[in-house]
Amino acid sequence: MRHCSAISESAWVRRLLIGVAVTIISVFLLLPLAAVFAEAFRKGWEIFLASLHEEAAFSAIKLTLIAAGISVPLNTLFGVSAAWLITKFRFRGRSLLLALIDLPFAVSPVIAGLVWVLLFGAKGWFGPWLELHDIRIIFALPGIVIATMFVTFPFVARELIPLMETQGSDQEEAAIILGASGWQVFFRVTLPNIKWGLLYGVLLCNARAMGEFGAVSVVSGHIRGETNTLPLHVEVLYNEYQFSAAFACATLLAFLALVTLGIKSAVEHLTGHQSSNHQ
Amino acid sequence: MSISIQSISKTFGAYTALDNISLEVPNGSLTALLGPSGSGKTTLLRIVAGLDFPDPGPGGIAFHGDDVSEVSARKRGVGFVFQHYALFQHMSVAQNVAFGLRVLPSAQRPKKSEISDRVLELLKLVRLEGLEGRRPHELSGGQRQRVALARALAIRPKVLLLDEPFGALDAQVRKDLRRWLRQFHDEIGLTTLFVTHDQEEALELSDQVVVMRNARIEQVGKPQSVYDQPRSPFVYEFLGNVNKLQEGKNVRYLRPHEIEVLFAAECDPATDVLARVHHLFSAGPIATLTVKLEDGQFLDVELSRKQLDELSLSVGDEVAVRLAERTD
Repeated sequence: MRHCSAISESAWVRRLLIGVAVTIISVFLLLPLAAVFAEAFRKGWEIFLASLHEEAAFSAIKLTLIAAGISVPLNTLFGVSAAWLITKFRFRGRSLLLALIDLPFAVSPVIAGLVWVLLFGAKGWFGPWLELHDIRIIFALPGIVIATMFVTFPFVARELIPLMETQGSDQEEAAIILGASGWQVFFRVTLPNIKWGLLYGVLLCNARAMGEFGAVSVVSGHIRGETNTLPLHVEVLYNEYQFSAAFACATLLAFLALVTLGIKSAVEHLTGHQSSNHQ
Repeated sequence: MSISIQSISKTFGAYTALDNISLEVPNGSLTALLGPSGSGKTTLLRIVAGLDFPDPGPGGIAFHGDDVSEVSARKRGVGFVFQHYALFQHMSVAQNVAFGLRVLPSAQRPKKSEISDRVLELLKLVRLEGLEGRRPHELSGGQRQRVALARALAIRPKVLLLDEPFGALDAQVRKDLRRWLRQFHDEIGLTTLFVTHDQEEALELSDQVVVMRNARIEQVGKPQSVYDQPRSPFVYEFLGNVNKLQEGKNVRYLRPHEIEVLFAAECDPATDVLARVHHLFSAGPIATLTVKLEDGQFLDVELSRKQLDELSLSVGDEVAVRLAERTD
């Protein structure tokens, strides 16, 4: 812009900066995305559709949806309660809880998976007891759900805590004085105020739950058609040199990422409008 | 309903917010809790509302003789207006005002039509007819405050509590709203307790002023008597401008308007001292004069423009200053 002379650069510097930015974005973000779709469709539509119709792929998609379908609602419930507890109350151990919420972010996903094997695996702490009662956790759906939950644990809470922190508790207190019960305060005052942040957190949580590889890989045991989630299935196909099939499945994950980003920017657009109206 | 507060204390860790406070708020009165920030006035208000609880002890809070110390904020039936109003941002003005009625258990909840009648009646009372469909962010500060007031009144509270009711408003709106609130209080006659750090506001608006300092009540009384007969140097200084005159070992407190200025020739050594005009400020009906005494102390003096014109003073002139006897 000509009028903001203090921060304007000469034309060639601007072109250079823009050029560098566009190149980096293209090479690191757009090219891989394009490659996924290009590889997937290289042998044509038929092969693409066939790879998705294959039984192992179908079971991987199903397992992924089940794991996300269980872990995302539970983590949403947990995230909202934790954020509520942390922002609306002052209690002993509050900062410890805050640090614990971040733990899954800090720990490598492989370690996160191994921990559950150590606890629930055949030779783990609770292994013999579980075997005695014929309960399978590791190399089965429960293990995959637990590992997914552990890894996606912080998303909702982390999204809500700063938001609820800035909102304070004035409106909740006002509602209580006006005679609202705890549930009424939550559903009529707190929830409407955090709904966009919550949606955003749930989206990120879901994207990660469906895309998680490391932790799930450790606990799943890679039993084809049984304990392979979509990301694990992609890896198996790839290792078997079935590139088109691998990339066809990968397009589903890429598509999920694009949808998530789309909704996320729509939410940001909406809330951006709202917050600019507030003051 | 009267509010009686009996020996209430409140500590937050090592910090004492309230130190054995007892206070009577007479039925139908408009009482100001006045004090600098950190004096404990907001904590006291929140305890009366049931938002905070006092330290365990023999004391308690009663509304009209009924002990409410154990009653939760939800059931206490007070109207509370927050400093920043705490309006529900996602609700319209009408929904905000109706909130307290809508959350009632279904057996007590009025019919929909009754609720909307009551909302309209309240909005009329606070002079916001026609704005029921607006969102809080579409209102001015003064309008938001009146929505908060209407919302608080919807539940027919036993007492009304206001936290810094004019704190977030600009000067002109403040003045108008202050006058309006006084009239409003006289119309509805609800026992009202409000917190302020503005002495002018407290003196002009209230029937009873409670001056607080460092977790304690410094003085309680009618505005006039607290102003004229301050019980401590703190109250003296907090309620308006004051000169501190060192006389030997003692400090004498003098309000600027209590000092008389005469021609130097009229100086009576028994009551007056000589001084020089150091600074003169005379925009508006009241002129402020700073004079320097012979011992080097400065005094602020307020006199009418008429007096100033009669004396026809300018900076550097010598004058006699009569230090009027204190009335207490």
